[in-house]
Amino acid sequence: MSLPVYATPLQRIWHVTFRVLCGLIFFFLVAPILVIIPLSFNAQDFFTFTPEMLRLDPAGFSLKHYDDFFNNPDWRLPLINSLSIAPVAMLIAVGLGTLAAIGLSQSHVPFKGAIMAILISPMIVPLVISAAGMYFFYSRIGLQGTYWGVVLAHAALGTPFVIITVTATLVGFDRSLTRAAASLGAGPLRTFFKVQMPLILPGVVAGGLFAFITSFDEVVVVIFLGAPGDKTLPWQMFTGLREQISPTILAAATVLVTVSILLLITLELLRRRSERLRGLTPA
Amino acid sequence: MTDHTASAAALSADGMPLKRSLNRALRRQKLRAFVLIAPLLVFVLFTFLAPIGDMLFRSVENQIVSETLPRTVKALADWDPASDAPPGEAAFRALGHDLVIAVERKTHTRLGSRLNYEASGMSSLLRSTGRDVEDIGEDVSAALGALDPAWTEAATWVDLLADPAWIAEQAAWSASGNRSGEPAFRLSDTASSALPDTAEIYGSFARITQQENDRSPTRQDPWHLVAITLVEEITATPSAAQAFQGDHALRLAAIAQADLPATDFVAAFGASNDRWATPTPWAVIAMYSAPYTPGYFLNAVDLGKTPDGIAPRPVEEQVYILLFLRTMWLSLTITGLCLLLGYPVAWLLANLPSRQANLLMILVLLPFWTSLLVRTSAWKVLLQRQGVINDVLVWIGLISDDGRLVMINNQLGTIIAMTHILLPFMILPLYSVMKTIPGTYMRAAKSLGANDWSAFWRVYFPQSVPGIAAGSILVFILAIGYYITPELMGGARGVFISNRIAYHIGTSLNWGLAAALGTILLLVVLVLYWVYDRFVGVKNVKFG
Repeated sequence: MSLPVYATPLQRIWHVTFRVLCGLIFFFLVAPILVIIPLSFNAQDFFTFTPEMLRLDPAGFSLKHYDDFFNNPDWRLPLINSLSIAPVAMLIAVGLGTLAAIGLSQSHVPFKGAIMAILISPMIVPLVISAAGMYFFYSRIGLQGTYWGVVLAHAALGTPFVIITVTATLVGFDRSLTRAAASLGAGPLRTFFKVQMPLILPGVVAGGLFAFITSFDEVVVVIFLGAPGDKTLPWQMFTGLREQISPTILAAATVLVTVSILLLITLELLRRRSERLRGLTPA
Repeated sequence: MTDHTASAAALSADGMPLKRSLNRALRRQKLRAFVLIAPLLVFVLFTFLAPIGDMLFRSVENQIVSETLPRTVKALADWDPASDAPPGEAAFRALGHDLVIAVERKTHTRLGSRLNYEASGMSSLLRSTGRDVEDIGEDVSAALGALDPAWTEAATWVDLLADPAWIAEQAAWSASGNRSGEPAFRLSDTASSALPDTAEIYGSFARITQQENDRSPTRQDPWHLVAITLVEEITATPSAAQAFQGDHALRLAAIAQADLPATDFVAAFGASNDRWATPTPWAVIAMYSAPYTPGYFLNAVDLGKTPDGIAPRPVEEQVYILLFLRTMWLSLTITGLCLLLGYPVAWLLANLPSRQANLLMILVLLPFWTSLLVRTSAWKVLLQRQGVINDVLVWIGLISDDGRLVMINNQLGTIIAMTHILLPFMILPLYSVMKTIPGTYMRAAKSLGANDWSAFWRVYFPQSVPGIAAGSILVFILAIGYYITPELMGGARGVFISNRIAYHIGTSLNWGLAAALGTILLLVVLVLYWVYDRFVGVKNVKFG
């Protein structure tokens, strides 16, 4: 990648220009996210840097938007709702998705392609269409406007991610290990929990995180299906952005960015662990 | 050893032919796989596919007209909607019947809104006639009362038409002092066979009185419509009176002899609203009377049914084709921008030493993992008139303070924010393809005399095309169905078809049209998905 010593001046100019261009694109990618972090500490109710902030004067900064975020019921209840919906949706998605992924990885599955297409479809269909269909159908059966309606819908949206990540780890899974366990006298359940599960765990956890974040960030379906009392955090942000935009939204956004960063780190650690474990298993 | 002896010898340990034993093992394996998959399959069928199916169904479903106006639909069956004259008296009479019942059930306003999607003015027409229709036949009731005061008492009607067993049950229930749970009304067999029309309409009256209004038919005066029907029926067949006994027979015979005039429904409708004298409202009812209709789909592509066949809607109502085209055009623009910005970054990531590349990869993954709402709020804050970007531009003197750029609530805002949000979905597939292109090819090309550009364009670029295809289709599929970002950033001219779907579900309540628009969008996405699966493979989708 580094430039050879015999490069012409034109090549040098292009090399530098290209890197500057890439730098600008990277800046475009992260700057909007990072810029809201300092803005969320604004002591004023403005959406831009005040002169005090630019002078790094402590008086220009405050935690008042965070105070509002954590203490104002308009924000605290949605946060609690989000935290009570996402884990349940995640558990359903992980439980059903992991089983199905193990089933799909067997060597003789009839209609494998068709089943896979059906199970992945919640990820492909545009959210507004899923939300519309769910609104129509769940109204018929009385799930519209209920907690369980939202949880089931979010679980359905999360399962494709679990299937994809768990299937990916199962590709590298050595089947002779389960046979070895069975020949040593372990029953199917014990084999699953003691041998197979620890090896595919990174995929399961990664899929679970995807399912969690799918539910935690989801806003379209919840707007259609949720009862006004079940307002989630993204829904509250959406309302805030559409109606009267309050700077507390920046505090909420910063909290969510922190959650994303933690998730990113967890996933990276999982990936490394998975690679390490794979290195130990005979190919 | 011949084949025959070989297969005969192949037995498994338990003495079973090997072929059968293997087949059985295979069956068991299939069964186990199926048992593992089945729970999720059932779950997805119930929570996801059934809703999609419901949406497809609603895009053609149109039972409301034939359910609300069953008699009218039947009466209009042999009327030609293209004719210049309104239908005959029978249709007016049928609509009178249907409307009285619909008004009692309060379903005529819903029908009005449904028909209003197809022809404006239907809602107000049905509403105003709905108010008048219950008064048709007031004179007949009065005439009956003048003939015999007994007709003004609810009990007379019950005694004439109800099943004696029901009357006894009702009396017992009434004596028990219960406030709820009155026995469901039943017609008497005598009345049903002697006066079928009257019995039918009175039966509807009694049921609706009990179920919708929670009252007892023994205490409610029947609709004027019941009186009209009775008078007409007994005048046409005076012999029906003989089926009854005592006072009833006498009273009915008296009506037959009194020769009361028949009620003129045509005149009554004309008095309520003169539009009923024209064929237009009738044509609308006739055209949308089938239980399934392509109407919503026609509407979704700016067409409409007219008596002369399918024709374009009036120009000012043509919005959906334009909206579909705009959705396509904006999605293409966003896909193009993502490719333009993503290609160099993916190339850099694929060609840097892995340590630096991993570090830079975080800059791609962070936005990928950040909530959509966070990124949309960030852009909304940055692009405001008083936002950071305008501030910076003013500060460096590029624009004047009153010349601040409008970058929000228009197409520009949607394009900027969505390009940012979808860029990682372009970079990641590009990167995973570029990672597999060996750097030696470019060097080989150069050593054979190619300059930098032709080495890239003729050697590297063709090998990266699968990545371009994968990333572009992915970004386009995601973009075409976007709702949140256009809703918040797009203003009036930057909205997508999804926003219109949400509008029809939440605000205009035209669910059928929303379902038809959704079905069209779904078809487009499924075709693209099929292409994606053909050329890239769903299994190769990776995250992070």
